[in-house]
Amino acid sequence: MPEGHVPTAGEAIIDREGLQALLDALGARGFSVIGPRIRDEAIVYAPLRNVADLPEGWTDRQDGGRYRLERRGDRALFGYAVGPHSWKQFLFPPRQRLWQARRTEAGFDLLEEPPPSERWAFLGIRACELHALAIQDRVFLGGSHPDRSYAERRRDLFLVALQCGEPSGTCFCVSMETGPKASSGFDLALTELLGDGSHRFLVEVGSRAGEEILAAIPHRSAGEADRREAEAVLDSTASRMGRTLDTRGIRELLQDHPEHPRWEEVATRCLACANCTMVCPTCFCSTVEDHTALTGESAERTRLWDSCFSLDFSYLHGGSVRKEIRSRYRQWITHKLSTWFDQFGSSGCVGCGRCITWCPVGIDITEEVRAIRSSLLEPTHA
Amino acid sequence: MRSPDPFVPSLFRVDRVRRESADTVTLGLLPIQGEIPAFRSGQFFMLYAFGIGEIPVSVSGLWGQGPLLHTVRAVGPVSQALCRLRPGDTLGVRGPYGSPWPLPQAEGGDLLLIAGGLGLAPLRSALLPALAERERYGRIALLYGARSPADLLFGEERSDWSSRDDLQVEVTVDHASPAWRGSVGVVPARISHTRFAPERTHAFVCGPEVMMRYSAAALLGAGVPPARIFLSLERNMKCAFAVCGRCQFGSTFICRDGPVFAYDRISRLLSLREL
Repeated sequence: MPEGHVPTAGEAIIDREGLQALLDALGARGFSVIGPRIRDEAIVYAPLRNVADLPEGWTDRQDGGRYRLERRGDRALFGYAVGPHSWKQFLFPPRQRLWQARRTEAGFDLLEEPPPSERWAFLGIRACELHALAIQDRVFLGGSHPDRSYAERRRDLFLVALQCGEPSGTCFCVSMETGPKASSGFDLALTELLGDGSHRFLVEVGSRAGEEILAAIPHRSAGEADRREAEAVLDSTASRMGRTLDTRGIRELLQDHPEHPRWEEVATRCLACANCTMVCPTCFCSTVEDHTALTGESAERTRLWDSCFSLDFSYLHGGSVRKEIRSRYRQWITHKLSTWFDQFGSSGCVGCGRCITWCPVGIDITEEVRAIRSSLLEPTHA
Repeated sequence: MRSPDPFVPSLFRVDRVRRESADTVTLGLLPIQGEIPAFRSGQFFMLYAFGIGEIPVSVSGLWGQGPLLHTVRAVGPVSQALCRLRPGDTLGVRGPYGSPWPLPQAEGGDLLLIAGGLGLAPLRSALLPALAERERYGRIALLYGARSPADLLFGEERSDWSSRDDLQVEVTVDHASPAWRGSVGVVPARISHTRFAPERTHAFVCGPEVMMRYSAAALLGAGVPPARIFLSLERNMKCAFAVCGRCQFGSTFICRDGPVFAYDRISRLLSLREL
């Protein structure tokens, strides 16, 4: 929906009631709002209707293999970074029926899936996640056979971005040049402001649809002090990145060293559990399953998220191509940071840090790159 | 009006079945509605067996002006189900996908077709159009290896090919039977028995990966330029249009950028273990 240039009337300010009015306005326009909520001691993306559904006063503490929610001591509604969910689950569902087949007299017929019945508004999509969305757009829609179900879900999306106020210990969007500021690709963007004892949100407009919604909710024009505070929020976030990744020459760094001893080393720690690929907002690999009813009268085909870490992923009559974990880790990181450029014109990594946080043994993509890069600088390594 | 869903196959009917060997059949397929989609030799289709699943299968050509031909060997659940199909049965077909054999580029020079096992099927789809426009090429040779004489495919057609003056056919098997009078050994070893002018030759190779690697080495040794050696690669694939991610080979997607690759583009990738 955020298409084309929109002359903005300048930023606006809404308060908590204004945020509720925004949720109500989206609901009134037929959008199901998805946003951050606490579930199973983590902040996930789920349907919500009220400001009270948001994780008020909570933050997250993240490091390699570690995620904990903690109290903040203020009433911030967005005072945390990204959790185990990414938005890809809504456009590219983890489990999705592709079609059904029914036996007939003559053989069988195929039944296509209906168009999606819901229109979604994403509340709180961050700069790194907007980049991830743009990357998945290129994967699913940029080829010769656009993925129809992705296209239909994507088309009606309303995006309320969040200018990030709280990076986690595993964030590195500054290194990947994907954040923390969201500058395009949204309908509205919020910056949560907590200063001056007044809890409010600076609202930027990114599309006509966003403009129309803003006009429908109580707001005032932003002043210079509001704008300065919003800038300070982003400056502070940018200065507190938990990780860094040196991306200079990274495409060649990885493609040119497929036999580097570090791959063996990381394989001694990697469990090939696939967590990193499940939480990654850009990983798009999938498999399909075929099921038949017990009567044999009908069958269906389902697409499921899959991972380059599974043995079955590379199975070719007689065995898997990538038998060793070394080969599977190499495939993942080389694809993510290197061959993705050749395939889709950008990195496949947006620096969200999820793969580091949710790795059960805390393998750190930034550290693995650093290890390979630094080993090549040592004169002993030919 | 919704755009087409690229995952949904078209329905085809089995028009005829020809048994090629104990475990291999050629299926002649006709669309239940519409025309056979235009394809180029070397491309593949995804074939769906009701309730069992879907696999990529290279086109082995047309049957005269008739049905679309796919040659299938029963090795897994889907290929076994496809091999059980009878005339009149329905199956799902989508495609064509992938890169073709570069036949136009080979015109004016010699053409070597080097097949191992079931690899003869996709090369048949290159051989037939080349023979149909025989005058466009210099020498043409087919080198074909199979595990045993009982595994040799396209028996009748092959004896027609062997009887032609304008086509050299070299057949070899890994394990001979008592009645076998032909040569025994690996296909790449037949390259030195083949008449061609290396500098003006295009070679199309399809078979097990190890056989293709040795064939490419033998062709390079004979002086064929690496950019004129073409291999047809195979990997696990589910979608066939570069969104399932499974068939990645370096930065290529075999379904989209292949299956037919010029050797100079992939020689480094082929040398890497478990890529």
